[in-house]
Amino acid sequence: MSGEIADAFGRARARGEGALVAYAMAGDPDLARSVDVFAACVEGGADLLEIGVAFSDPIADGPVIQAASERALKAGATLRRVLDEVVPAVRERCPHTPLVVMTYVNVVMALGEARYAKLARERGVSGTILPDLPPEESLSLRAAFDQEGVALIPLCAPTTSPQRAASIAKDARGFVYCVSVAGVTGMRSQLPANLSERLELVRGVSPVPVVAGFGISSAEQARVVGAHADGVVVGSAIVRAAQADGPGAARQLCADIKRGLKR
Amino acid sequence: MDTQTAPGRFGRYGGRYVPETLVPALQELEVAYAEARKDPAFDEQVAQVLREYVGRETPLTPARRLTALWGGAEVWLKREDLAHTGAHKINNTIGQVLLARRMGKRRIIAETGAGQHGVATATACALFGIPCEVYMGALDVERQSLNVFRMKALGATVHAVESGSRTLKDAMNEAMRVWVSQVEDTYYVIGSAAGPHPYPTIVRDFQAIIGKEVRTQSLVHFGRLPDAIIACIGGGSNAIGVLHPFVGDAGVRLVGVEAGGHGLDSGQHGASLTLGTEGVLHGSRSLVLQDEHGQITEAHSISAGLDYPGVGPELAHLAKTGRMEVRTATDDEALASFYQVSRTEGILPALESSHAFARAADLARELGKGKHLVINCSGRGDKDVATIAARGMPAAIRLEGA
Repeated sequence: MSGEIADAFGRARARGEGALVAYAMAGDPDLARSVDVFAACVEGGADLLEIGVAFSDPIADGPVIQAASERALKAGATLRRVLDEVVPAVRERCPHTPLVVMTYVNVVMALGEARYAKLARERGVSGTILPDLPPEESLSLRAAFDQEGVALIPLCAPTTSPQRAASIAKDARGFVYCVSVAGVTGMRSQLPANLSERLELVRGVSPVPVVAGFGISSAEQARVVGAHADGVVVGSAIVRAAQADGPGAARQLCADIKRGLKR
Repeated sequence: MDTQTAPGRFGRYGGRYVPETLVPALQELEVAYAEARKDPAFDEQVAQVLREYVGRETPLTPARRLTALWGGAEVWLKREDLAHTGAHKINNTIGQVLLARRMGKRRIIAETGAGQHGVATATACALFGIPCEVYMGALDVERQSLNVFRMKALGATVHAVESGSRTLKDAMNEAMRVWVSQVEDTYYVIGSAAGPHPYPTIVRDFQAIIGKEVRTQSLVHFGRLPDAIIACIGGGSNAIGVLHPFVGDAGVRLVGVEAGGHGLDSGQHGASLTLGTEGVLHGSRSLVLQDEHGQITEAHSISAGLDYPGVGPELAHLAKTGRMEVRTATDDEALASFYQVSRTEGILPALESSHAFARAADLARELGKGKHLVINCSGRGDKDVATIAARGMPAAIRLEGA
C-alpha cells in the first residue's frame, strides 16, 4: 500500500507540481466533520492526507495543533475510532489519495504495534509518522509495519548532522519528512536561509521523495521551499483555517498552496 | 520489543523518545557528561560547591521519639530538608548547571512541580550567573506561590503553563517544546530521574550523593548498613538517589512510597508504579498512568511534587524486578504524618516526604526492634504550610496537641 505514496508523488511530478501533504486533526471539531475537512483539502488539491490522531502530551506540536488535540480528545477521537470511523470515510470520499497517520508513539503502543499495523493496512492507511520515535527506537515498530506494508516515515531536523540525515534517508519508507525549523509545529513568517541546502542534501541520498514541513503556511513559502523538495506539509495553517471558517477555508488554503507548488 | 540498540535502558525501560531535533542535543549531552565524569576536576568542583554552599553532608538524625512512638525499628532521618533551598533538588541542579557551563550553554530552562526544583535551578543559576526560565503548571503556580516568589527573587522568569491539567506534566511538555525551539544554546535541567536518556542517569548520579552519605553515616552511627530505606516517589529523584547505592546490598530493603491521593480506587492518585502500565511519556519508556487508548491521565496528590503520571525508568525497573518494594500513602495519611513528625521530632517535613513517613510507621513495626530504618526526609514542609493550613487543623490533632 505504500506504493500509493510513490504514485501520488509521481502524479504530482508528472503535472509539474510539488506535492501537497495536507494535515488536519481527526476528530476536530468532531469525527464526522473532520472527514469533511480532509475531503475539502483533497478538493483543494492536496495530494496526500496526513491524519492527525490526538495525544494528550504532544511535545512536538505548537499551540494550534495542541489546541486541536484537546478538542479532538473531547470529541472522543481515539486511534481505534479514527481507524474505524474516520479513515474508511475519508477513503470512500477520496479513493485516490494516500492516507498517512500522524500520532505519538504511546498511542500506537497502547493499541499494540502489530495490531495497529494490521488495522492500518486493512483500513487503507499507507504510512505513519511518529514524531517522538527517532530511528534508534524504531526497530521493532518498523519491522511490524514492514510486515504489513505500512510505511514508517522518518523525520529529519535542522539539527540532524549530514551523516545522520543520510543514514535516516537511506533507510526511509514512504517519504522523508524534513522538519524545516528547529521548533514545534506552527506557522512562521520566516524559514531558515539554509533550508534549501539541507533539502537538497537529503534528496541527494534518499530513495524516496523528500518533503518539508513545520512553519509553511503560504503559497509563497510553498513556492520557495517546493523548489528544493518533492513537496510540502501544511498543518497548523489548515487546522486554524478549518477551525475558524470550516472546510471551505481549508479547501481554499490548499488551492492557494498548490498554486505556489506549480513549477 | 527489541530494545537492545537503544541507549540508556534499564531493563525494558528508559530510552530516548523525542523529536529528531533534540536527538543531537541529547547525544551531545551524553558525550559531555561522560567526559565530565572522567574529569576529576569536575567531580571536585561539584563536591566543593556541595560542601561550601549547599551544606553537605546533610546529617543522619536519630528520630528517638518516633522510634519510641512506633515501637519497632530504630528510626533515622536523612536530612535533605537541611540542604540549601530546603530539599534534595539542589544536589542535581548544582551538578547540571556546572555541566551546562562546561558545555558553554548560555541559558537554562527547567520545569517544576512543587517549585522545589525550580527554586533549586534558579539558585544554581544565580550562583553561577546564568539566565534561567522556569516552566510551571498554572495550578501549581497557584498552589505554590511562595516558591514562585522565591524563584522570581532569585532572578528567574517563571512561565505559568495553561495547557492540559496545568501541573507538572504540562510544564514538562512545555519545557520540552521550548527546548526544541532553542536547543542550540539552551540547557534543559530536568529535575526528576525521568525524561530521555541520558537524564535519568545524570539525575540519579547527582542524587546518589544522598545514598552514599547514608552508607558512610550508617557505618559510623550504628556500625552496619540499614535494614531498610524508605523514600517517597513522584518522578523519583530523591528515591533513586538514596536507594541506588544500596541496590547491590541484598540485606537492605528498599521501599518506595507513591501518592495514593484520594485512594487507589478513586482514580485520583499518583501511583504509576502500582497502577501504571508501560508507556512512553516525556522521552522515556516507563510505567505511566494512562487510559486504554494511550492518553496520559491526570495524576492527583495533595503534594504538587508527587502528582506526576509517570516515574523514572530505573525505578520502574527496580519495582518490576522486585528489588524495590512499592507502597502508597493517601493524602490524609500524608497529612496525619506531617503533624505527627512535626510534633514528635520538631521537623516539618515536606508533604512529599510525609508520604514516606506515613508508610515508615508500618515498616518500622514490621522490621521490629534492633533493626535500623532510614527515612529520606527529602525536603522541608515550609513550602506546604499554606496548603496544609488552608485545610484547617483536624480536631483530633488539635486535641492531641492540647
